[in-house]
Amino acid sequence: MQYSDILMDHFKNPRNQGEIANADGVGEVGNPVCGDMMKIYIKVGKDAKGEEVLADIKFQTLGCGAAIASSSMLTELAKGQKLEDALKITREQIAEKLGGLPKEKIHCSILAAEGLKKAVANYRGQKFTETHEEEEVEKEEKC
Amino acid sequence: MNKIYLDHSATTPFDPQVLKKMQPYLTEIFGNASSVHSFGQEALKGVDWAREQLSKLFGCKFKEVIFTSGASESNNLALRGLVMAFRKKLEKKYHIITSKIEHPAILEVCQALEKEGLVEVSYIGVNKKGLVEVDEIKKAIKDNTILVTIMYVNNETGVIQPIREIGKMIEKVNKNRIPNSESRKPNDRFKKIYFHTDAVQAVNYCKMQANYLGADLITISGHKIYGPKGVGALYIHEGTPIKSITFGGHQEYNIRPGTYNVPGIVGLGAAVELVNNQSPIISARGGSASGGNDQIRKLRDKLIAGIQKAIPETQINGDLANRVPSNANISFLNAEGESMLLMLDLEGIAVSTGSACASGSLEPSHVLRAMSIPAEICHASLRFTLGKGTTEKEIDKVIEVLPRIVERLRKMSPLKR
Repeated sequence: MQYSDILMDHFKNPRNQGEIANADGVGEVGNPVCGDMMKIYIKVGKDAKGEEVLADIKFQTLGCGAAIASSSMLTELAKGQKLEDALKITREQIAEKLGGLPKEKIHCSILAAEGLKKAVANYRGQKFTETHEEEEVEKEEKC
Repeated sequence: MNKIYLDHSATTPFDPQVLKKMQPYLTEIFGNASSVHSFGQEALKGVDWAREQLSKLFGCKFKEVIFTSGASESNNLALRGLVMAFRKKLEKKYHIITSKIEHPAILEVCQALEKEGLVEVSYIGVNKKGLVEVDEIKKAIKDNTILVTIMYVNNETGVIQPIREIGKMIEKVNKNRIPNSESRKPNDRFKKIYFHTDAVQAVNYCKMQANYLGADLITISGHKIYGPKGVGALYIHEGTPIKSITFGGHQEYNIRPGTYNVPGIVGLGAAVELVNNQSPIISARGGSASGGNDQIRKLRDKLIAGIQKAIPETQINGDLANRVPSNANISFLNAEGESMLLMLDLEGIAVSTGSACASGSLEPSHVLRAMSIPAEICHASLRFTLGKGTTEKEIDKVIEVLPRIVERLRKMSPLKR
């Protein structure tokens, strides 16, 4: 298993790490039992056309190097984007932007992508089901 | 940057004295040790010399030592070789007893033998201290039990298992199985329970005499004792039924075919010679260390004390009293192991972790889990293993660097204390 230089850079110098005290939406995914847990905070604003944008985004992560780097990359990709565009960020994009992820670390990028979706759902007052969750439950029984 | 290596249970650096002994066998003494001519005989001398060192270590006969490619092969040969010898006698399902904290080179051999329908296996748990209990093994013994295999020292926690006590217990059981020693028959050896111990992590610190341990089969490896990688040995007590599991040559009494890895074998012999010369050695169950081991213990204790003083919410995993002097396994709650490992590595410090995230699987350490340690605490564990070259300055540096790393990761975590 080897991490790319980009990933290591995000691990060493995570972007947008921390919390937003008066966040508009918060999404928490994963759990410490399975090793990785992320919390994504978003602040929603409007652009000149009146469309919703991610004015600010921050993360908190308990997890491995790939989990921290995935969270960091997600926030970098999402920050300033239109909400609708940010929701389209996929795990593949996060992994690719990180210069690739080892196979066993793919779930880190899934968590990051879902963390944002959950935060947006929270902002919109919608319920969000982690597609990751089912997998997570299965894993929990084992780990 | 001066790098600091605290992962001696993964592998040890080469001892220069070992390298010196090996060198001629990597250059001018190149013969095939099975050849009758002088080139071969000269190489064979090296193999014989090494075998002598190992027979001193085990306190055994010359021919009771078999060289292999390492501990994994030794373990495979011990387990499968014994089962195959028994099957040749009587084709039935035999029973093996092992523990849940064994190395995969034991556990996966057991699983393979189970899958092939050759054996049934009991996996004995451990207590919270990480110790296998002799009574648990005793309770698991059945009429068809032919083998107990328990590691001497656990690679993750460094906890020393009660090998001598298990050996004694098995000896008693065997006395009942073969009551009359006067009228021994050749087939009696298929009535016995044999005892194997994977001792790779014990050689540097614990008593290794086969007789003392009551073991019929003992696995050791070169690269855990400042010797070369790719070479190990299996002690096989005379009379223990073992069949070859690989084929193609007559070497090692037909038990382990293959051209002698002469430089490797000589290197293993040289590493064992160094162990034989270090004295006295700690008892099988802790006791007090001396010589170089005393220094390692002092530094390990300093590391633990320093960490406990500087970092809140830590937990030592495994029994400290029954542990080799080199090991400290510590969990740092609310910090993840792989992240800590990576940050330490950036500071030039090498350790290992029981976190799933570093293992290539999604499972945290099976050893810590067997000790009933919650998964989230397994993920938060680091293993420091010191060696004979570890210095006080290095330990000071770890104590200086680690608190910042743990604090940084805890601050990053969404979990609030």
